[in-house]
Amino acid sequence: MSFTAAAMAEPDDTSLLKVTHLTMRFGGLLAIDDVSFVARQREITGIIGPNGAGKTTLFNCITGFYKPTIGRLELFRDGKVAYLLEQMEGYAIGQKARVARTFQNIRLFAGMSVLENLMVAQHNKLMLASGYTVFGMLGLPVYRKAERAAQEKAVHWLERCGLIDHADLSAGNLPYGAQRRLEIARAMCTDPVLLCLDEPAAGLNPRESAELNQLLLSIRDETGIGVLLIEHDMSVVMGISDHIIVLDYGKKISDGTPAEVQRDPAVIRAYLGEEEKE
Amino acid sequence: MATLTMTGAKPVPSTMQIAIKEAFLTAFLVFMLSFLMIGFETQAQQGQPLSYVTRFAAIVWGIILVPLGRILIVFNRHGRPMPALIGGGFAFLYLFGGAVIAILFDVLVIPFNDYFGEAAGAAGIPLPFADPIVDAIFGLGALYIVILGIQTMRHTAHGELTLAQREAKEARTALRAKQISMVLGPALLVTALVLPFTPWSDRVLVETMTLILTYVMLGWGLNIVVGLAGLLDLGYVAFYAVGAYSYAKLATEFGLDFWASLPLAGAFAAFFGVVLGFPVLRLRGDYLAIVTLGFGEMIRITLINWQAFTGGPNGITGIPRMTFFGVPFDRTPEEGTQAFHTLFGLEYSTMHRILFLYYVILGLALITNFFTIRLRKLPIGRAWEALREDETACRALGINPTNTKLTAFALGAMMAGFAGSFFAVRQAFISPESFVFLESAVILAIVVLGGMGSQVGVALAAVLLIGLPEVMRELSLYRMLAFGAVMVLIMLWRPRGLLAHREPTILLRRGGGKAKPRKAGATA
Amino acid sequence: MEYFTQQLINGLTLGSIYGLIAIGYTMVYGIIGMINFAHGDVYMIGAFQAMIVFLICGALGLTWVPLQLALMLIMAVIFTAAYGWSVERLAYRPLRGSPRLAPLISAIGMSIVLSNYVQLAQGPRPKPIPPVIRGGFQIMESDAGFVVQLGYLQIVIILLTVALMAIFAYLIAKTPLGRAQRACEQDMKMASLLGVNVDRTISLTFVMGAALAAVAGMMVTLYWGVNEFAMGFVAGIKAFTAAVLGGIGSLPGAMLGGILIGLIEAMWSAYFSTEYKDVAAFGILVLVLIFRPTGLLGRPEVEKV
Repeated sequence: MSFTAAAMAEPDDTSLLKVTHLTMRFGGLLAIDDVSFVARQREITGIIGPNGAGKTTLFNCITGFYKPTIGRLELFRDGKVAYLLEQMEGYAIGQKARVARTFQNIRLFAGMSVLENLMVAQHNKLMLASGYTVFGMLGLPVYRKAERAAQEKAVHWLERCGLIDHADLSAGNLPYGAQRRLEIARAMCTDPVLLCLDEPAAGLNPRESAELNQLLLSIRDETGIGVLLIEHDMSVVMGISDHIIVLDYGKKISDGTPAEVQRDPAVIRAYLGEEEKE
Repeated sequence: MATLTMTGAKPVPSTMQIAIKEAFLTAFLVFMLSFLMIGFETQAQQGQPLSYVTRFAAIVWGIILVPLGRILIVFNRHGRPMPALIGGGFAFLYLFGGAVIAILFDVLVIPFNDYFGEAAGAAGIPLPFADPIVDAIFGLGALYIVILGIQTMRHTAHGELTLAQREAKEARTALRAKQISMVLGPALLVTALVLPFTPWSDRVLVETMTLILTYVMLGWGLNIVVGLAGLLDLGYVAFYAVGAYSYAKLATEFGLDFWASLPLAGAFAAFFGVVLGFPVLRLRGDYLAIVTLGFGEMIRITLINWQAFTGGPNGITGIPRMTFFGVPFDRTPEEGTQAFHTLFGLEYSTMHRILFLYYVILGLALITNFFTIRLRKLPIGRAWEALREDETACRALGINPTNTKLTAFALGAMMAGFAGSFFAVRQAFISPESFVFLESAVILAIVVLGGMGSQVGVALAAVLLIGLPEVMRELSLYRMLAFGAVMVLIMLWRPRGLLAHREPTILLRRGGGKAKPRKAGATA
Repeated sequence: MEYFTQQLINGLTLGSIYGLIAIGYTMVYGIIGMINFAHGDVYMIGAFQAMIVFLICGALGLTWVPLQLALMLIMAVIFTAAYGWSVERLAYRPLRGSPRLAPLISAIGMSIVLSNYVQLAQGPRPKPIPPVIRGGFQIMESDAGFVVQLGYLQIVIILLTVALMAIFAYLIAKTPLGRAQRACEQDMKMASLLGVNVDRTISLTFVMGAALAAVAGMMVTLYWGVNEFAMGFVAGIKAFTAAVLGGIGSLPGAMLGGILIGLIEAMWSAYFSTEYKDVAAFGILVLVLIFRPTGLLGRPEVEKV
């Protein structure tokens, strides 16, 4: 039971998100059952588990798409609790708490261009700079400057994600792998403190998958934000996660470093089935 | 156009067999559709019980002609266009030509209100249907068959396209739409500016164009709501009504002139937009449609029944007319005041006010257009389009969907409010009759037919939908039938609208000349 | 109390008619997700055809009322079903897979075409017919002499509606057609991969909707005794409101919504004002949607992200 210690670990200065006794019930179905863990800055926290283990539901609770039945989701800033996510409106979690996410089934603004997708991501900042449209309408320099800055940031992330050549294409016409990267770029353009990635490597070929690993590692190292990563591809999860949480049937069955988790008998049982017990 | 799929692994039937089978099915369908509705014409006469007369001849002709056309289409579909070209061509010339001659004969020779059928007989051409317009419609059907035949000849025939082919075709269509828009936009603008001063301009033309421009403005206003923000609003006419009644009340009760009332009317309409929008904008898609439709009807019913304030079904009369920024267009101004013609030292003419009204609506419409184009490139406009594309993703990015939708709703309502004020000052009389659901439907149709989000497309669709029926007044009874049919046909022909294309609001490489010459993604 | 009972009876009768039309809306919405704006006009055509059959019966000397009713019902249903089929075939099927608004505009256009077609073919004047079924039971009488009437016609309408609902529920629940329909509702592509003929299923949905609308049209012809070409619009809007109120896509919901709209109208006219009865119906719809966005019996949509 080594993981209980980790779960109950007191948050310190590097804590970013503390999930306590999170439970989500849909009618008779217990999708998440009393899950607690801590995610830290400058760390990639991998969340793994068989299909239907409640991983995406966990994300939906953190990003406000679902209201948890029970539990507390504390977001830290400078070591102090700054936001209680379970009490916030969905859009405010992105706007104020600055938690960004991507989706398992890609959700881009397919009819808009790649660059526009990244500009939309900076909506709140630009909206303020455009004086809620008034300054923008008048074409005041304050807005023009903000727009240029936003475009520069977009270009920065386009370059990082290898999309700069596609900037003016419409997002829906991109190849699949590029769409996945665009979703990450778009999430990064919101200046998040916590980035939640829902199966970013799904459908990628091995080369793309390796590139993705590099991208995520560099995001972690350069920006120092925390990353929550749901992934089925074990080479991705084990290769880049600093810390892994294993869910099964809505319960947390293991929590620790990749090496610890790989050795945990509960995890082996969940993944490989009953025969392994013998 | 129609294909009946054959199932089963029987031996492949010959073209003739298929044609005969489909002809029989078509004949059966024509019989089903026409037997009761066409075969028996009910006649309601005062004081007498309802009776009917039969029109079986028309049914028989229908059952002969439509399946024949069907056979031609089947042959054409199997790669033999000649029957379609010859048969269809002959039928078109005979039916359409005969009908035109009969109508002309009727107009020229027989007194205006005479019965059409006798006219056809009098012209000496035996036509199948008593009403030459029906003959003409069948003639147009034959023309369609000829067009299908020509398409087959040129190997551009319909048929199953692969996904890639379809995408390429869509991209080509979008590119062409973009090119057409770039030419058509300025052309329409120049026409609108100078047409009143060309020799063939007259009062009727200017008034028709004023009407068209009112709808252009409404279309552009609704385009913000439907085209950009993707909110299906079926009660847009309610805000038009609010604007019209605002001006009417402000002018008749408080003596405000048009220019003072205009911003107030816009503000009232926007206020209504917010009040109505706030509770319902959380609803998705079609629920929003029915609720806005409901609100439109509620406002109309209130206008009919709130006698004390709105004048009930009789509406408000004697609304002060347009002034030239305070200077009236009267023939005889009051003592000591100027009128427009005395001010400018002109001969009095009723055309002055009509022309001024025309340029006012042109100006209002152009401001709306300018405003929309600019809004689209601002964060709010991008957020609208993003909401249209994917509301869930917007929420994840921290965009407040309710507020963003409300601004679109309110701004759209404001445009309708301006247009409504203009309507009231032009008519000098308003009543609930003018604000029925059909108006909302027409405005929505203008936006969708034009190609959602395309400003030039909206203008083109308004010219087609509002202008054509005005031109076709001669066909009085068939006017609305043609109107509905045009809506259906344009949608079948161009499901994305006439000029559907979308330009990104921001480009990394302007023009794309130096870097890789990529075509900007042009999907709408 | 007596007055209330009378309004209850009237409201139920009216609601049955709305409910039958609403089923057409709800089925089409359920299967292809579009508002079939022309449905109100199909109902109007049903009413006209029932009326014409009635006149033909008169001319042929068939005066036995049950035979008249049966003929009106059968002929109106068959001939109106042809309209339902044609509308789908001509105006909607080519637009499957197009942007969401294209079929909607096509439907509005079709609605305009149909009502003007009837105006041209049958003339613009209202068409009155004499009452076919007269009389009824007097079920109670108040002290003040107010008599509560339950007309034979009202009984016919309500019983016929109940019978049709029963047949319909069976059709959807137990027959291969109903299964195909429910499968298409869930996932059209998958259904077609599994061998369901999607085109035919959708066509039959329109045919069934039109058939029920024709029954409603026949009922209204008998009940009000007057038809005109523009009558489809208002009835269509109310029936659609009923479908949304009950939860669009749900058949029992459509019936419940129809009856509620009928009752609201009857009660509001009786106790408040006839003028604002439509405002009341829409107002209640808005309230319901605000607090229960999927309607009364609609399944709550769990957002998949």
